[in-house]
Formats: sequence, C-alpha cells, structure tokens
Amino acid sequence: MMERDETVVILGEDVGFYGGNYRVTEGLYAKYGEKRVIDTPIAENSIVGNAIGMALGGLRPVAEIMTVNFILIAMDQIVNQMAKLRYMSGGKIELPMVVRTPQGVSKQLAAQHSQSLERFFTSVPGLITMVASDATAAYYGLKKAIELDDPVIFLEHELLYPMKMEIQKRESFDPFRADIVKEGKDITVVSYLKMLHDTLKAVPVIEKELDVSVEVINLHSLNPLDMETIANSVKKTKRFVIVTEEPKTGSFAAEVVSKVSEELFYHLDAPPLRICGEDVPTPYNRKLELLSIPTPEKIAQQIVYWGREHGI
Amino acid sequence: MSKSIVERAYYLMKLGRVFEERAKEEYMKGNISGFLHLAIGEEAVHVGATLAFGKGDIFVHYREHVWALAKGMSPKSLMAELFGKKTGVSKGKGGSMHLYEPLLNFYGGNAIVGAQIPHAVGAAYARKYLGHTEGVLVAFGDGATNAGNYYESLNMAALWELPVLFVNENNLYAIGTRIDRASAVKELYKKAKEFMPAERVDGMDFFQVYDAVSKAKEYIETEGKPYYIEFLTYRYEPHSMSDPGDYRSPRELKVFHDKDPVEFLKREGIKRGLFDENFVKEIDERVEEEIEEAVKFALESPEPEDAELFTDIFCEVCTDVVP
Repeated sequence: MMERDETVVILGEDVGFYGGNYRVTEGLYAKYGEKRVIDTPIAENSIVGNAIGMALGGLRPVAEIMTVNFILIAMDQIVNQMAKLRYMSGGKIELPMVVRTPQGVSKQLAAQHSQSLERFFTSVPGLITMVASDATAAYYGLKKAIELDDPVIFLEHELLYPMKMEIQKRESFDPFRADIVKEGKDITVVSYLKMLHDTLKAVPVIEKELDVSVEVINLHSLNPLDMETIANSVKKTKRFVIVTEEPKTGSFAAEVVSKVSEELFYHLDAPPLRICGEDVPTPYNRKLELLSIPTPEKIAQQIVYWGREHGI
Repeated sequence: MSKSIVERAYYLMKLGRVFEERAKEEYMKGNISGFLHLAIGEEAVHVGATLAFGKGDIFVHYREHVWALAKGMSPKSLMAELFGKKTGVSKGKGGSMHLYEPLLNFYGGNAIVGAQIPHAVGAAYARKYLGHTEGVLVAFGDGATNAGNYYESLNMAALWELPVLFVNENNLYAIGTRIDRASAVKELYKKAKEFMPAERVDGMDFFQVYDAVSKAKEYIETEGKPYYIEFLTYRYEPHSMSDPGDYRSPRELKVFHDKDPVEFLKREGIKRGLFDENFVKEIDERVEEEIEEAVKFALESPEPEDAELFTDIFCEVCTDVVP
C-alpha cells in the first residue's frame, strides 16, 4: 500500500525509529522515512485528531495506538469526531483513515494493559470496526481498511502477533463477509481474534463428546456485521454460540446474541450461548488471569455442558 | 490595506451582525432550536482573520456563523441549516455548531471545546507533505487553552514545524467562568511563547486584526512554522441562548460596547476616507435584504426526507453491506 500510494502515512508512538512496540511497523521507517512513518509524542487524543486532519488534508493516515488500553484517551476524537463528521456535514466530509490497535488479555500485564474493548467501538454509529484474526485477514483486511473512504477501527490481538501463520492467497477479500472456516451441521460457533483459535482447538473435543459436527464462523468485521452468513448457518444448525474474550456484561457478544434471538428465534432448537470473559478487571496472577477469560478447555467444557443440557 | 478589502470587511461584518441578530429573533420565534452561540461583538476577529488568511484551511469552534459567512458560505444555506432544513449546508443534520464546506476550505464548526485544534495540526501536516503552499488557521476560545489538546497541538506543530496559525479569541469567558477564575496564566499568548512566536492584539479593531493575521500568514507560509495570536475580544450576548449571562457587569459590557467592532470600522472607514456614508447606507440596506431573503428561503425550504436519517453514515462501499 505504501509503495503504491504515497498519501498513505503511519503515525503513532514508537512506530518509526524504534520499529514499533510489537514490531508491526518494523522496517517501514528505513524504507519510507520519517515524513511517512511519523513518531508522535505520547498524546493519544492528538494522534487520532491529527489523523483526522491529515485525512481532511488529502492523506490516508493509519494512526497506531500502541495498545487498546490507551485508546480511551482518544475516545473524544474517535466517537465525537471521526465517527460523526460525515453525517454532521451532510456527507461533505470524507475521512479515509484507520486507527490500528492491538487488544486482548495478554500475559500478566494486569488490568490497565490487558483487555478487550470492541463493545465501545461497535456501539458507535458511523464507525467501521474490523478485526484481524489471522495473517490472511491482517494482510488483506488492513489493505482494504486503508483503501476505504471511511474511518475504520482495526483491531488485532497482542497474542496473535508472535504466532507464525501463512497468508492464504485470495482472489478477492471482502472484510464485510464472514468466513466459514470449518463446516458443520449441528452447532454454529462465531468468533474472532484469539478466541477463534481457541475455539478451533476446542472443536474436536466438542464433536467427540457430543457426537456432533460444529460449524465455525470467523468474523472480519464486527460493524457492519455479516448477519447473512450467520443466519444461513443458524438456519442449518439450529444452534448458536459466540465466543469472545471481553467481559460478558454489555459485550459485543451480547449484541450478536440479541440479533440472533430477534431475527432467528423460531429457527433455534436451543437458547443461544455466550462464552465470554468474566466481569472482572484482568488480574495480574497467571492462574487468576486464565480464570478470567475463555480457554480452549473452558470453551469445550461449556459447550458440551450446554449441549447435554439442551439435548443436542 | 486596499480600499476594496475594507469595503468587503464592512459588508461581511455587517452581514454577520445582522445574520446573528436575526438568528436570535428566529430562535425566539421557535424557528431555530438547540444550541445557538452568537458571536456578536467578535466580528472583527472572524472577518479580519478570514480575509487576511485568504485561501488556506480554516478550522473553528462552535461559535462559527460569522467565520463561515466570511469564508464565503451563503447566508441562505447557513440560515437553512439553523432551521434544520434540507437545503442547509449540512442538509439539516449539523445545525449551528456543525457547518462545513470543504470546497471553501472550511472545516467547521466543532461542538467539543478544543477538539478542532489537532485537526488543524494534521491538516497542516498533510498540506506541507503534499507540497501545498497555503497554511492552516485554527481558532479557539480562551477556555480551550486550559485543556490537554491545546498543549499537545502546540507541541506537535512546533516540533514538526507546521504552518499553523493559532488564533485565540479571548472573550474573557468560558461559558460563565471568567478567565481569571479558570486560567493561572492570564495573558494567554504567554501560554504559547515557549513553543512559537506569540503576541496579543486588539480584537475589536479590524485593521489590527487584518494586519496581524497578514503578517502571521506570511510567516507561517514562508518559514513553515507555527505562529500564535491572542485577540482580545468580547461577546455581547451570553454563551448561548439558554444562558442568562448575568455574570458580567454593566460596566464591563459598556467598555466593550463603546468599541463595537462594526461601529468602529464604520467610523474609521469614513474617517480615513476609505468609504463614505452613502456606501455604508447602501451596504446596510443590501445586508438587510440578503438576510430577509435568507430567512424566507429557510422558512420555505422543505424538511429533509425521512430516508435522510440513514444516509451519510458510511461511504457507498459500506452502505451496501449495512442492513
């Protein structure tokens, strides 16, 4: 993208000279220079505010917020400004910009450095929220996000960064269409980011214990949400589960379950199930930390229990 | 300063004054609703700065009707916006605090105090990067200078050497709190002095505003660095229509009324032989007519269609997939 389009710039804390805290911008500074890979002061609200101005001034900025935890400082610029300028101007203002940030419960970083906040973005009208659950989605998805003429929040997961994955070559990639990563006929499980991988680890156990086949859907975009793919799957399997890492109360998962209940109630043979993090700030202690979020074992256990309860 | 600029300034200042006085009346009648922040008394800053700044990008705050008029927005589309009509500059979706016209390099209008300051810094970055010659002007009130965004932006503009002109409209009050009760540093330009050249100028005097901004524009565009001007000015009206404004003394009001910027320019213009009584009479009549027409246009304009509720949220690519 940066090679093809010189209006694409990156700004954020430590993205340039230092190479990015998670090394995701490594090498870009050397290749494109400090005018395009811009090290900013620690001032998140201004990083996003600057990106808005850059987009107004003719650039396609990618603003990086080091981790989602600090994005709360930028919420005025995200919620009041970038999400609303198009609408408030009657369509006169276009903001081709991306705010890219990793989130999720990492390893023993405690409550202020370890959390998932997608609920805040997906509940804001005018904000596209995309997620990169694997290398393919990261590659094609981020490209798409930069090409769009709308503001995008692009979420990644800190623990997916060190994972080695192949990019699958795709003829076309539409982030607004979810992927069925595993076909099945008895239970639909929707997930994204790290929980998608944990779900896939749990699936063989579930299939064996319940003697069923599980369909797994990978979301690339949380808002807009591809309800069509979800609906087609639920109509086939009659059962719906969503797995997310965020605390359960008021979660994005709650929103999807509401949609499924409203739109697909009479197709369901069992109550929808949410598997989410606990309603607690993330603890530092590793044992407690693992208790606060879903793990492959817990995902398998809860789905098996729920399956037996409802005669699946 | 050329005669034609002063003539234009008198026309725009009078237009702004009458526009806002009429907006106040229409608010009382119930034709305009929501928040309405009037800038009556601050016209010399809004018009003087806009005329002197010329073509570059302008970012301002929620008290922006006169800035918008000076930048070339039509009183009709502006009044229609205040009426919430389809023909308004933002299709009736923005209202008083959200006026934008990218074709005129006018980017609002912002209802969050100081939020526009980083936008201006980013725009200046983009303009410089793309090799444009014009700088960016951002205006904000005295209240904004006590918030974090303000310091972040001064720092970044100075650090990256960006052509931004910071215009502080010090009207002494942040809503109802007088500056000496909100700011530890009373001379606001001093809050910028560590970052860039900064000065204080009489904001009731069009000639001083115009000269200061002209020089500052020249500086930011040739040096490629930021500059800061604090204008001392005053709003005769309360903060908004819902504010009784009883926190200000009659004596203070009189001091500033005695230097009313529109009357001042009229007097000085005639005294300096830049225009005469006939010109003033002609302009005053023309402005009354224009505003009358704008109100008529706004009144007769249709409401937005119901379907407009769902447009302008996403660009077309995404509109296709949003249910």
